[in-house]
Amino acid sequence: MRENNSRRQMLLGFMILSAIALVAFFAGMIAPHEPNQTNLGERLSPPSWQYPFGNDNLGRCILSRIIFAARISLYIGVVVVSLSLLIGVALGSIAGYFGGLLDELIMRFVDAFLAFPSMFLALAVIGLMGPGLSNLILALVVVEWTGYARMVRGEVISLKGKEFLEAARSLGAKDSYILVRHVLPNVLAPVLVMSALGIGFTILAASGLSFLGLGVQPGIPEWGSMLDDGRLYLRVAPHLMIFPGLAITITVLAFNLLGEGLRDELNPRLGSSIHEDAA
Amino acid sequence: MKIFLLRRALVLLPVMLLVSLFSFALIHMAPGDPAEILLTSPAGGADRAAVEDFRTKMGFDQPLPVQYLRWLGRAIQGDLGYSYMTGQPVCSAILASFESTLRLSLLSMVLSLLASIPLGIWSAMRPGSFPDHIGRWLALLGVSVPNFWLAYLLILMFAIHLKWFPVAGYGNGGDLMHMVLPAIALGAASASVTIRLMRSSMLDVLQQDYIIAARAKGLGGWQVALGHAMKNALIPVATISGLNFGYMLNGSVVVETIFAWPGIGGLVVSSIYQRDYPMIQGVTLFVALLFLSINLLVDLFYAVLNPGIRYERE
Repeated sequence: MRENNSRRQMLLGFMILSAIALVAFFAGMIAPHEPNQTNLGERLSPPSWQYPFGNDNLGRCILSRIIFAARISLYIGVVVVSLSLLIGVALGSIAGYFGGLLDELIMRFVDAFLAFPSMFLALAVIGLMGPGLSNLILALVVVEWTGYARMVRGEVISLKGKEFLEAARSLGAKDSYILVRHVLPNVLAPVLVMSALGIGFTILAASGLSFLGLGVQPGIPEWGSMLDDGRLYLRVAPHLMIFPGLAITITVLAFNLLGEGLRDELNPRLGSSIHEDAA
Repeated sequence: MKIFLLRRALVLLPVMLLVSLFSFALIHMAPGDPAEILLTSPAGGADRAAVEDFRTKMGFDQPLPVQYLRWLGRAIQGDLGYSYMTGQPVCSAILASFESTLRLSLLSMVLSLLASIPLGIWSAMRPGSFPDHIGRWLALLGVSVPNFWLAYLLILMFAIHLKWFPVAGYGNGGDLMHMVLPAIALGAASASVTIRLMRSSMLDVLQQDYIIAARAKGLGGWQVALGHAMKNALIPVATISGLNFGYMLNGSVVVETIFAWPGIGGLVVSSIYQRDYPMIQGVTLFVALLFLSINLLVDLFYAVLNPGIRYERE
């Protein structure tokens, strides 16, 4: 019963994500209008046959903007998680594998980063560097790498006494070889789960920062900034906010379905990391 | 227990030092010269003499380690400098806004527990049933919905259409009517986490011997669940609620901005818009120390309840 559930959940998440990825990739062919084409005659128009999701405060087609915005959200999610993984896996596995003073140093550093609530740390970085796409990515990497480092370290430590590592060592393998060929493949499963959930979290956080005007800057269609555009017109034209919010929710939900399903499938013993995503 | 406390405090010390270094570095990593940035108005450049004067006055001409030690010395005494915008002491601005945030998060926590504990218990009593599915999907939705969107949906429904609550604002010193909508927007994520935790914790407890014994005595399912199992099943929920309390700070950033709630999340956002660096620095340091203290308290609480943890770590 339960296994069936998690498999179905995973499949559903995967299917929604494939659809979103296709839409993002073929945005130019699918979108009915130019996403930045203003049309002041259609200002704040409600949904119609010609503009299925209506028009925004500059008369732009909301549907087309949502379609194009899928690109930037997926891009931010994948780039941030990849960079965080790179740093987190490298430092986490070194700390866990070698232990001792190196471990202590790396982990105190990680602890210090984790001491800041994620949103405040991201805001501090953006406050320092200024808003914009690359600073948004930097801010989110600064927030997220620590989670991967801590998780990978824990996994590596749990592998440490295992016979297959002893065997490799007794055959004369070097530390770097053991780490890359024997240790890392064994932490792949939890890393995959955490990455799927992490992309969802990233998209949520990035759209929140863009909503505050501190993320992706105007000009590029982005779900969070579309919501920001709509906040003044909530009374007269709620469709400005409803559709972009729905797009974020469905995308993040799909990543959470995939990640949680994957977790139950791969390793039922893994604890819930859903908590870290409750930004 | 003493050793556990001591060890925990010893680990905390270097972390706090690093945290203070990060916060200090904030102002000095900003591009450009702090004195010059501060005195440059949108209309034009700053007067050179004024910049020099200001630099000396603020101590920006000293070597960095000296500046750090001076800053740290003052920070320990609660002096975090003055806001560039209002001239108000940073520390008192932070404490005042934190009080508002605390009120909001407390209500948020109460609402979130009131919603999630019953649903979690119900889901655990009938796994696979309709309420269990509802709980499962609500939990998934709660962590997937952006809180800023949820906030506007709530405003649209309950403030604009039904007119039950005010749209935004602090009202009469932050009265209950003004708190309800932001509290729901803030608590949704933590409620969804708690539903799942309550469910799994309840399922664990229900399998234990003393529950089976109670059942064998002929007590009904719900009687056992509420009278015997619930108390023990609430322990992990209490722990996670402590942590959720810390995570609500993250949500407060967006929620307080939307509802014009004068809390610490709104404060940090407005100081970033205004490039009020001492305020950004002060808030960052404050929330980090708060976060560390919450985690420490949760750890202690856990250690008190579960002696195994104490020995394991010693």
